[in-house]
Amino acid sequence: MNFVNLALLGMLVVCALAVSFTKNLLTSLIVYMAYSLIMAVIWMLLESPDLAITEAAVGAGITSVLFFVTLKKIHALQGDRDHEQAQK
Amino acid sequence: MSKRRSDWQNRPQERFVRWMREGYLALDEAIEDSVIQPGEAPPEVDPELAAQHQEAALQHRHDRDLALDRLAQYDLYAWTLTKGRRLIGRLHVLLSLLLGGMIIFFLLGTVAHMPRFGAADVPANNEVITRYIEQGLAETGATNMVAGMILDYRAFDTLGESTVLFIAACAVLILLRIDLDDKGQPTQQLIAEESDDRHYEPKNDRILQGTAILLTPILLLFGLYVILNGHLSPGGGFSGGAIVSSGLILYLNAFGFKKAGRFFSYKTFQLVSFGALGFYGVAKAYSFYCGANGLESHIPLGTPGAILSGGLIMPLNIAVGLVVACTMYIFYALFRKGGL
Repeated sequence: MNFVNLALLGMLVVCALAVSFTKNLLTSLIVYMAYSLIMAVIWMLLESPDLAITEAAVGAGITSVLFFVTLKKIHALQGDRDHEQAQK
Repeated sequence: MSKRRSDWQNRPQERFVRWMREGYLALDEAIEDSVIQPGEAPPEVDPELAAQHQEAALQHRHDRDLALDRLAQYDLYAWTLTKGRRLIGRLHVLLSLLLGGMIIFFLLGTVAHMPRFGAADVPANNEVITRYIEQGLAETGATNMVAGMILDYRAFDTLGESTVLFIAACAVLILLRIDLDDKGQPTQQLIAEESDDRHYEPKNDRILQGTAILLTPILLLFGLYVILNGHLSPGGGFSGGAIVSSGLILYLNAFGFKKAGRFFSYKTFQLVSFGALGFYGVAKAYSFYCGANGLESHIPLGTPGAILSGGLIMPLNIAVGLVVACTMYIFYALFRKGGL
């Protein structure tokens, strides 16, 4: 149990650093989703299932969806760039 | 250069700069020239010619000052591009490292001074928490202690949170909504957004639609379960509302705005959000009135563990869930194309 906790916390730190150090916005967004999921598992292990459900639904779900839409709007997704190059 | 002092050209540093650049003190010479020598009659000159001379001299002096200014500016500019940029960059790095180090230091120091996790003598372990744990079930009728806390003892906070969400949705609506024009026809911007929205996505995608047909009912059902069962099991209005809205967003993605608009329009948003918030306010006002004045509340608490129990908690959960679901859905729609 203790080992699982420590491993999850370590992954949390790795994810938090990776979000800020990745160059690609899409990658950092997906890492951020992983961060939220790990956080939800940690809440579960800390015996607060209410927070775990909210973190999984809001942090990993809705927030990421809104970020995806925003990235699409500002043409930061990889597919968009290919599309623009094809147009040129 | 400052124009506040009338003799700014005569300050020591200005004179030094001029001496460095031109090798002599031009102003001193000019002053000496203008002093009339005693005993000597002023020479007869044509006033028009003198005025012209003076004009030319002034013009010359002005041009020279301008050129010096430009030279100084150019020097500064060149410095900014080479040495200054490096200096400022190093300063930035140094300051950010300092700031980050300070924040890390203070946070770690604070954490080090906190009591151990789960220790018995932490300040949060006071009579409030004891009361909640011992009397919570009897007073609120909710088996889920967290729901009893946030929707009964601390219901006013939850009302504030729902209101904040509603205000955020209104602000996003004001910022991002693209209206029809005066005649009710779609504007050029709206048409452009509409075509841009579907530009990168295939219309009527088989895989997405199949997934949505399978998953949307499950998501909606699970969200409703989380909301309705909030006083018995983990969950409640916020998480359940978010799950319901994710189901709605999946449906919208698969089938487009036209089909989703059949059950969700601005009118739905207005009615549901306002109705839910209003109901929440009225219900909590009644509960506070009864509780604060020691009156008997006519809402039965029911047997703990039954679905119809917990007094006002289940209706309040439903209200919060409706507000959250509507808000999240409208966030998504407005982010995507600025309308429903």
